[in-house]
Amino acid sequence: MSTIAVIDYGMGNLHSVAKALEHVQPGVEVLVTSDPKQVANADRVLLPGVGAIRDCMAEIYKQGVDKEVAEAIRSGRPFLGICVGYQALMQSSEENGGVDCLGEFEGTVNYFGDHHKDEQGERLKVPHMGWNEVMQSGEHPLWQGIESGSRFYFVHSYYVKAAQRQQVAATCSYGVDFDVALGHDNVFAVQFHPEKSHTAGLQLLKNFLNWDGKP
Amino acid sequence: MALAKRIIPCLDVENGRVVKGVQFLDIRDAGDPVEVAKRYDEQGADEITFLDITATHEGRETMVHTVERMASQVFIPLTVGGGIRTCDDIRTMLNAGADKVSINSAAVTNPDFVRQAAERFGSQCIVVAIDAKKVSVEGEPNKWEIFTHGGRKPTGLDAVEWAKKMVDLGAGEILLTSMDQDGVKNGYDLGVTRAISDAVNVPIIASGGVGNLEHLVDGVIQGKADAVLAASIFHFNEYSIPEAKAYMRERGIEVRL
Repeated sequence: MSTIAVIDYGMGNLHSVAKALEHVQPGVEVLVTSDPKQVANADRVLLPGVGAIRDCMAEIYKQGVDKEVAEAIRSGRPFLGICVGYQALMQSSEENGGVDCLGEFEGTVNYFGDHHKDEQGERLKVPHMGWNEVMQSGEHPLWQGIESGSRFYFVHSYYVKAAQRQQVAATCSYGVDFDVALGHDNVFAVQFHPEKSHTAGLQLLKNFLNWDGKP
Repeated sequence: MALAKRIIPCLDVENGRVVKGVQFLDIRDAGDPVEVAKRYDEQGADEITFLDITATHEGRETMVHTVERMASQVFIPLTVGGGIRTCDDIRTMLNAGADKVSINSAAVTNPDFVRQAAERFGSQCIVVAIDAKKVSVEGEPNKWEIFTHGGRKPTGLDAVEWAKKMVDLGAGEILLTSMDQDGVKNGYDLGVTRAISDAVNVPIIASGGVGNLEHLVDGVIQGKADAVLAASIFHFNEYSIPEAKAYMRERGIEVRL
């Protein structure tokens, strides 16, 4: 039986992602856990997260999640980061006056700004909340069965800019073009919430559960 | 290519059933909330809002189970409102599977609750619901006041100033219901919708008074709403979600199809 560890470090609602995983693959064992042993023994690992990055990183270090994440990534097992769990994999974030993150991907997390505008000068609300088009940058097993341009559900005020462009798996546009999915070896990470993104989101989770961790 | 304007069907739930009053009276039964939510999910609704109008403790327990059932079958964002007064209430609803909670009268009674909630759970899941009624008369500058208790109790608070204060305290979204319009189907109060949308940086959901699809378009174009909420036009099959989206798209509004 395949097991997936959803790392619980006290940040956010993990019920949704667990329910969505159980929905796309009935019988999958979803462990919402902070136990390093369970994370180490799971076939796949998922790092979620919502809220402020400073609080997330503080909990990640306090609970030793940084070591669990590093070990999971080095082990070659399929790894998925979602939302703040995606941002936490970058080098640093501008949020909360500047916070160092895990540095699994080169690049930064930046603020949309208080006076964010589109190309026509129309004001754009922050957070970027709702359904936006995700443009795939190339082929990846996690995009199987999902058309480029499909809409996913977002809610965030900070966006990722990756330094290694070959790692970018998808981009999105909201006043600025930014990176909403990164892939490298056995790691895939997304800014949007697949567990709340209806058919396309469920397909991505299904692809993750079927993924062997090879790009 | 842009962020889509959202269409949000709202389910008023009492003792586990969907109801929708006309001007908060004359309640009609519209079914099991989970079945209704699934129907909207299949039709392409962008989110679902449950408003619990139950007064009793037993009814609240029923609501938690309703949210749990919904969350294991419907994979779009779910907001739950009605009777959210403490951080424990929020924790209960988020654990049951809600993505956001909507705080209404508790914000008026204790504005600091909004700050505490946003700090603990993040602004992304804190919606502040504002029930506003126009209090200025013809010839005076426009003024809208906050009302509580289903529109019966005036608070003396200016709606636009109140919305700004709520956002400063950490509200991630504003659900604005124009009370004088609610259930009478004359459309949203576009004046207050626009005034609040211009005054704050977070998304605004327009609510109250939708009778036809043009009202949804007006809410976005004239009211500058980021999302439009409606109940009875969808519950009683006057219009479907795809019809609403097709209509909005024809009028140049970006929607998720």
